[in-house]
Amino acid sequence: MGALLSVRDLHVTFAVPGGAIEAVRGVSFDLDRGETLAVVGESGSGKSVTALSILQLLPYPMASHSRSSSVVFQGQELVGASEAVMRDIRGNRIAMVFQEPMTSLNPLHTIEKQLLETLYLHKRMDARRARERILELLRLVGLGDAEQRLDAYPHQLSGGQRQRVMIAMALANEPDILIADEPTTALDVTIQAQILKLLKDLQARFGMALILITHDLGIVRKMADRVLVMTKGEVVEAGPVTDVFAQPQHTYTRHLLAAEPKGHPVAVEPPLPELMAATTLKVWFPIRSGLFRRVSGHVKAVDGIDFSLRGGETLGVVGESGSGKTTLGLALLRLIESEGAIRYDGRAIDGLREGQMRPLRRALQIVFQDPFSSLSPRLSIGQIVEEGLKVHGIGKSPSERKELIRAALREVELDPDAAERYPHEFSGGQRQRVAIARALVLKPRFLVLDEPTSALDMSVQAQVIDLLRALQERYRLAYLFISHDLRVVRALAHHVLVMKDGKIVEQGPAARLFASPQHPYTRALMAAAFNLEVVERAATAQ
Amino acid sequence: MSASATTAARAPTPRRWGVKLTPLTQRRLSNFRANRRGFWSLWLFLLLFGVSLFAEFIANDRPLLVRYDGAFYFPVFADYPETTFGGEFPTEADYRDPYVQKHINEHGFLLWPLIPFSYKTINYGLTKPAPAPPDAVDWLGTDDQGRDVLARLIYGFRISVLFGLVLTILSSIIGVAAGAIQGYYGGLTDLLFQRFIEVWSGLPVLYLLIILSAIIQPNFWWLLGIMLLFSWMSLVDLVRAEFLRARNFDYVRAARALGVSNPVIIWRHVLPNAMVATLTFLPFILNGSITTLTSLDFLGFGLPPGSPSLGELLAQGKNNLQAPWLGFTAFFTLAVMLSLLIFIGEAVRDAFDPRKVK
Repeated sequence: MGALLSVRDLHVTFAVPGGAIEAVRGVSFDLDRGETLAVVGESGSGKSVTALSILQLLPYPMASHSRSSSVVFQGQELVGASEAVMRDIRGNRIAMVFQEPMTSLNPLHTIEKQLLETLYLHKRMDARRARERILELLRLVGLGDAEQRLDAYPHQLSGGQRQRVMIAMALANEPDILIADEPTTALDVTIQAQILKLLKDLQARFGMALILITHDLGIVRKMADRVLVMTKGEVVEAGPVTDVFAQPQHTYTRHLLAAEPKGHPVAVEPPLPELMAATTLKVWFPIRSGLFRRVSGHVKAVDGIDFSLRGGETLGVVGESGSGKTTLGLALLRLIESEGAIRYDGRAIDGLREGQMRPLRRALQIVFQDPFSSLSPRLSIGQIVEEGLKVHGIGKSPSERKELIRAALREVELDPDAAERYPHEFSGGQRQRVAIARALVLKPRFLVLDEPTSALDMSVQAQVIDLLRALQERYRLAYLFISHDLRVVRALAHHVLVMKDGKIVEQGPAARLFASPQHPYTRALMAAAFNLEVVERAATAQ
Repeated sequence: MSASATTAARAPTPRRWGVKLTPLTQRRLSNFRANRRGFWSLWLFLLLFGVSLFAEFIANDRPLLVRYDGAFYFPVFADYPETTFGGEFPTEADYRDPYVQKHINEHGFLLWPLIPFSYKTINYGLTKPAPAPPDAVDWLGTDDQGRDVLARLIYGFRISVLFGLVLTILSSIIGVAAGAIQGYYGGLTDLLFQRFIEVWSGLPVLYLLIILSAIIQPNFWWLLGIMLLFSWMSLVDLVRAEFLRARNFDYVRAARALGVSNPVIIWRHVLPNAMVATLTFLPFILNGSITTLTSLDFLGFGLPPGSPSLGELLAQGKNNLQAPWLGFTAFFTLAVMLSLLIFIGEAVRDAFDPRKVK
């Protein structure tokens, strides 16, 4: 067999109290030198477990392989190989880059020390030569000011920089195979484009084989030679990317390909009056320093934002992380202190106290990004949805409230019997529906949607978008839709506001903005989002 | 994934003692049970404590039941003058008096508890000088005032555990409340409260107790109050940290966006999270409270003289090295009681450990 890596009939079983979970069932594939293999699938499909079992990094003996499972790397069987053999291979011949750059570097060690460890372990390099090699690697992955970065700690680097350091670590020993597990999921679109380009360049340079695990079909189309579609632990389709994308055979693949957010915002005829507006809205967090904690400066999270939103329409707020999108949403709902005028339904609400705000809260609701943290784990779905009803005195009797809860759950296409159950019994998409039901049951008029789809799988994302659009049409809701995903924004927003460092870069009707973006930053953002391309380094924020 | 065709298994929520068990609670119960040592320790401790709650029926210097002239009397519950049983004095009958016993036995009978001594009964029938070694009458011997050690032990165990429980519960309530307020509101409230706690925890508790016991005669409630003044701080930091973390959770934000008031958010959304840490700590705090009472009694600043107390028994053991049954009894009782509580604490910790898998 000529393949560099050959996986045959791989099974992984996890022992759990009272049973076993088969995470991977009979996965087989080959990988040649210099080739890029993409593994796609939704969360829980067994992508990462497959990758981890190549390196034998699963929590054994809780996890186990079947007897027929085989992973052969350059003629050597890895399943059941001794720790010593695996240590020699891990990080040396086969390297791995993880998803979350925030947690995969040790926060207590400098960049130099972390890179040194890999080099020392496998190459026994002395400190001086290793230092030269580290500098070389850091330049290779495009980390500016490599010399100064050596003594930096992970928290001093941005997400993109950390991911570059992770890649440098993986490349340190010039591996034959690089496994990248969702390497860009946690990053902004512009950074994502840069990292993907970097991976591609490095691969060409070293002739590495690349296993790219992702749920983003755009990345697959851009990067991979061959693709492996996984669902529920099984490979349902495999083949060259062009073939699979052009003529998907399996229904799941077709379903996945059809799942990209599409559709257009609903037109509101005739236009409704203005519902929410802000004038020179500012949220400045003071930086205090010195003995007397004097205010020495401000972090300008939101810095003079103006906008006006009509009833029934959606304002999309886009920008990279740290641009102040979420802060803007929280400030509009008066959940954090802000300066500047906020008008809701023709009434100034910026000066209202907590007690005066309470009756208005019924109409002003919010749905958060992470459906795993936005539902209290100790309350049943019914209790979660009921809370707002109780606060605002809607529904006099428990049975009346119960009916309202059931109606709200049906509205978000959930089984009304779900009210009896607890959040952990639901998937991410279902939880997000619960969070929407919690807001919806109060019959709000203005809804802040803070990245409501970014923690969800692609196909679920599309469903949630469709749901949001249907609800908007039915109830004439106004949305403030915060997202970094321009494809989602395009499917939902009437107007778009592009933010950078707390300021508006560009603002206007969605159709015009997507067709002919004026500002170079907007253009860079769109190129990165729609074509995964890096445009004008100067314009993108590193 | 269509929303309706999901989560197949829908077992009805099981109930136990009429309380709905969430899957989380079920998992915790099974984790607790999985720790065999802690599980059995809990039952053993509950048994010992349950038995000691009925100390009056096990060790008493009054009979459980008296049959006299065709009538039944229950001296455990009521006082009867000696004249009731044909005696001469209108005062409370002394059932240990051979004269009274003889009189009753002639007209009926006496049903004695297992141990015919109360904690304060002096056994005047000793054949050896007190402290007398164990024999058929005093199973664990007597102390230096001729009182039955086993009887004192049962009463002492009860008072120790009760004191510990009350102190633990009260100081937990105060500690959790203080920690919750500091953590949830943060800022200046937190700052001032923290500095106050620093000053307060610097006060020398023992000296205060010595001074106070010179002014007043400390009893159970006095001691409890004084200890409470200083013992509530142990949970504050823990709960405060949990609240500082939880107040920025999305579901707390969502509740604020719904217009839920702060006290309700604290009670409904944040407190249940902080309770995990609190419950894990409770057995250890209980242990600490019991030890504190024992050491105060040992030093003589604890419960009033004559009270049954493990600390006082320890002090007697120290003063009477020639009577090793005193020291041994106190030592083994304390060792078993504290070990049981530690084992229970470990099992509780396992039960609440989210990473624990069998």
